[in-house]
Amino acid sequence: MLTSRNIISGLFILALLVALFVASASPITSLLDWQSPFLSRCFFILMVSFAMCLFRLMRGPTPADRAVAIDTMGILIVGFCAILSISTGRGWYLDIAIAWALQSFIGALALAKYLEGRGFDE
Amino acid sequence: MNNIIGYTFVVLGLMFDIIGCIGLIRLPDVYNRLQATTKCVTMGTCSILFGTLIIKGFTATGLKAFLCILFLLLTAPVAAHALSRGAHISGVKLWDKSVCDKYEEDK
Amino acid sequence: MISRLILFVIGFFIWTMLSWPPDLQHAIIGVIVAAFVAFITGDLFTSRPANFAHITRYLWFVYYVPVFLWECFKANIDVALRVLNPKMPIKPGIVKVKTSLKSDTALTFLANSITLTPGTFCVDISRKEGVLYIHWINVKSTDTEQATKLIVEKFERILKRIFE
Repeated sequence: MLTSRNIISGLFILALLVALFVASASPITSLLDWQSPFLSRCFFILMVSFAMCLFRLMRGPTPADRAVAIDTMGILIVGFCAILSISTGRGWYLDIAIAWALQSFIGALALAKYLEGRGFDE
Repeated sequence: MNNIIGYTFVVLGLMFDIIGCIGLIRLPDVYNRLQATTKCVTMGTCSILFGTLIIKGFTATGLKAFLCILFLLLTAPVAAHALSRGAHISGVKLWDKSVCDKYEEDK
Repeated sequence: MISRLILFVIGFFIWTMLSWPPDLQHAIIGVIVAAFVAFITGDLFTSRPANFAHITRYLWFVYYVPVFLWECFKANIDVALRVLNPKMPIKPGIVKVKTSLKSDTALTFLANSITLTPGTFCVDISRKEGVLYIHWINVKSTDTEQATKLIVEKFERILKRIFE
């Protein structure tokens, strides 16, 4: 039972990576107006880290592992916004980054309260 | 010149990000995973933002990146601390080969 | 009242950085919003506003920042080498250390610094006894005194001069 779940999650991650390889060569990403292929490589590396977080989110034996994966993804999105703002030259991506950093902090605190098994008003 | 220094910081940050995520997969229990992700991912993202600050200079974008670094350095350790405390209270055990657990003894 | 004024100044400064370059319209909105926030949450911000007038505290803070960043960098290299090593040389455990700091801000900064320095990670604080529980990825000694000397001392010395 456990091994079948591992195999399914591994296949899902593999499919995600293949889809990323295909998408990085397709004309859809040219809509993002990359200034150099270097930044699209950065984009790809961050996507691989996201896939690893998703793997931990699926596999995680305890709820705490899943909470850690979600917190990590929240911080990675901030870096993602920074790279988007370098590559497109638009400053307002960093507004999203600041808002996301604060929001993911509050989300992590709420998850921690849930893990402790208390109400939110204590 | 600024671009070269900035892109160096971006590449360094990406390297630390991906190492933190490898740690998230390889290490054996929740607390060790939190060690890897808190240090490597937080500092990696701060390094990417610092690269943005150097590339853009002290314009609107650069100052926002600087503020974002401040917020991350203040909030990420607190969130990790809360998560680890929640994990310990919810009953997640340490790894089998751990040396000692003074927190369990004192509780 | 002084605590509210300090929070107003800090809030307005952050607002100006967010809406760079400064102009009249943004400045007016910033004054209104910062005054509102300072009016509501100002008395929670600091309990001893006289500390903000001491110049030596700012100088020690300036000394603290590069020490902290250098420890951060070492921590990253340390964790990266442990993760990428195929044998994974870790020996984790939770140890107990003592601290003599009392105020909330100082304890928060101490916990944050410990979390971002090599191999250590703060799990819980007990304020009454002045005890921190720390997850250590490579335990060098389980003794409380020895662990205190290895982990806490180099930050406590600086933070005592900044926040106490």
